[in-house]
Amino acid sequence: MSIWEYANPKKFMQTSTKALPWVAGLAVVLLAIGLIWGFFFTPEDYKQGSTVKIIYLHVPSAMMAVSAWFMMLVGSLIWLIRRHHVSALAAKAAAPVGLTFTMIGLVTGAIWGQPMWGTWWAWDPRLTSFLILGLFYLGYIALWAAVDDADTAADLTSVLCIVGSVFAFLSRYAVLFWNQGLHQGASLSVDTEQHVSNVYAFPLWTCIAGFVVLFVTLVLMRTRTEIRSRRIRALMARERAGVL
Amino acid sequence: MRALLQRDLRLALRAGGGFGLGLAFFLMVAVLVPLGVGPEGALLTRIAPGILWLGALLACLLSLDRMFALDFEDGALDLMAVSPLPLEGVVAMKALAHWLVTGLPLALLAPVLGLLLSLAPQGYVWLVTALLVGTPALSLIGGFGAALTVGLKRGGLILSLIVLPMYVPTLIFGAEAVRRGAEGADALVPLMLLAAISLGSAAILPFAAAAALRANLK
Repeated sequence: MSIWEYANPKKFMQTSTKALPWVAGLAVVLLAIGLIWGFFFTPEDYKQGSTVKIIYLHVPSAMMAVSAWFMMLVGSLIWLIRRHHVSALAAKAAAPVGLTFTMIGLVTGAIWGQPMWGTWWAWDPRLTSFLILGLFYLGYIALWAAVDDADTAADLTSVLCIVGSVFAFLSRYAVLFWNQGLHQGASLSVDTEQHVSNVYAFPLWTCIAGFVVLFVTLVLMRTRTEIRSRRIRALMARERAGVL
Repeated sequence: MRALLQRDLRLALRAGGGFGLGLAFFLMVAVLVPLGVGPEGALLTRIAPGILWLGALLACLLSLDRMFALDFEDGALDLMAVSPLPLEGVVAMKALAHWLVTGLPLALLAPVLGLLLSLAPQGYVWLVTALLVGTPALSLIGGFGAALTVGLKRGGLILSLIVLPMYVPTLIFGAEAVRRGAEGADALVPLMLLAAISLGSAAILPFAAAAALRANLK
């Protein structure tokens, strides 16, 4: 039993059919607990009032936006090295999810920033590099959509994902060089004393876990869709060949 | 390798339009910006480094889709792929040729446009140096983007969508070097980082671009 068994689309479909309801259910439960706990059973911040509660959407989605790109990077590497189609399709499936998380991170940040910083948007390093990450997602998705041949598309987007990772990383630090920030430091940490109070941290961790499982659910669903549409295309091609 | 470089240079210089177009575009940007933001010298002095870098970047972008597309269409690229010269070398030479006909003249023309945008006097040396150091990265990154999109019908649009985010670090360090130089501050740090990006791109991107070309030619 090795992980590469799931590189077989059939095996992947079988396992994911069984796993999907559980994963989806877990995502719902974790998010419900985390969000309800966070929104209704934590005190309001003495300075920020109730706006502090947007943290339960903002921080997890921002973390997942970056993690989704890493997942795509791993998927791309596996595709380039071992040529497993499921891996390439999973990377393809993850991109729009990652872009959505990026947008959620930016929009919730703007909604929080308006009362707190007095502005919807500031050219702060974190905000700027996040916006640039969104642009990388856009380019990646556009390239997938533009190339007709499926294998070529997988090759090209994988190369783009790898090179893009390097440049996204560079941009992150270039932006830091370019402008000092307004954004606060990390909200959570396990090894330092300074982070948000535990009252907020526990529901926040629950929300983060919920977002991780939500991401897994969405990627599984989208990968299954991709595999099915690939199968349909293969069937149609076979049928056409039969008619001719 | 040299033959390929000479061929590309000759094609760029003689076969109508490709060569001067980028420069003319650069000039246009420098003329249009003051018309857009108003003629006050102080404001122009402040934004000149950024505008000049942006103009150079966009001018570079203009000619990128031609880097491989023509050779791809008439089959010359297939010949190069099966020739003894490795595809990485082909990409490197193409990027070098692109730089020689866009980046280098842009850097040399830039002081004149700096004059139009009333760049501070200390800034000129830094402007030319930064463009000389930074534009190779633009050509190399662009070469990678062009290799990715060479087989596409709407390649040009996607090319800019892919390439422009990757230009961010170059733009930041380049404009920062000129800005600091113009203000008389120490501009060496951004300049060195800019050189690092160019050298790193030269080391890595030909391989990535060659991989993309192989996928496209398959």
